[in-house]
Amino acid sequence: MKIRNREEAMGTQLNMTSMIDIVFLLLIFFVMTFKIVELEGDFTVRMPLAGSDSVAMDPTDLPLKLRMRADEQGRLASISLNEIDLGTDFDQLRANVVSLIGTSTPIEGDEGPEIEIDTDYNLRYEHVIAAITAVSGYKDGNQVVKLIEKIKFAKPRR
Amino acid sequence: MRVKSKKVDLAEGDLTPMIDMAFQLIAFFMVLINFAQTESNDRVKLPSSQLVKPPEAPLEFPIILHVAQDGEIILGGDDYTPETLRVGLQREIAVIRAEGKSVKDANVVIRAHKDTAAGDVQEVIRVAQEQQLENFALRVKEDRS
Repeated sequence: MKIRNREEAMGTQLNMTSMIDIVFLLLIFFVMTFKIVELEGDFTVRMPLAGSDSVAMDPTDLPLKLRMRADEQGRLASISLNEIDLGTDFDQLRANVVSLIGTSTPIEGDEGPEIEIDTDYNLRYEHVIAAITAVSGYKDGNQVVKLIEKIKFAKPRR
Repeated sequence: MRVKSKKVDLAEGDLTPMIDMAFQLIAFFMVLINFAQTESNDRVKLPSSQLVKPPEAPLEFPIILHVAQDGEIILGGDDYTPETLRVGLQREIAVIRAEGKSVKDANVVIRAHKDTAAGDVQEVIRVAQEQQLENFALRVKEDRS
């Protein structure tokens, strides 16, 4: 019986070159399109057009008024809540909101307190988001304590 | 004279570990690639907040408005100003109505650049309110620090 020599066995080995080419092309594609996902979330604001509400406004249920002023470059100059000047300190704003509405009974739904944000036209948007963050709650460890959920904007100032 | 056969095969390295690694890398990047990023826009750098969490369920009937730093509004790849945005919104509303839903079911997702003027965002909201839209979502980046 003839025994096959080794060289013939080598001949059955697959040619890997084309596969490796494709594999590297795929790898380069995925590396180039890779982008670390930034987690995003929303502040939900329900704002029907003013005056469309048929429900009469209860005069005792007026919204808190948050006034934000900007300098010429759009930086935050001052914030005031219900005419109380708070400088530019968002922690102080949060403390004031806590003292005004209390945290003992968080109110869900449409019954909670409301805040109206009145900002200068050229104020940078990130300061508005910082203010919304300050009034809508705070983090206690991993728990989020909610304060005001109803947020609306005053008319834009030109 | 006996001629020695050439042993070319010995010069070939073992490719198995390299191919293994390459496949692992492909699998890694494939899993992490996020095609949902098409929702984002290069001209918009979102502000960040510690309070937001990624939503558990996607918003119903989202209308995504990007507000660039100069106040220009991008809706579905087209550029608008607050004056012309009405036309773009009406087109979106027509699609929502065609699906048998009311305008009030739509959610306007506002992705504004962090340095844009707050007044520009308010203008966008005002224009959307005039089209009877009333649910707004201010999109921000989650700040985990």
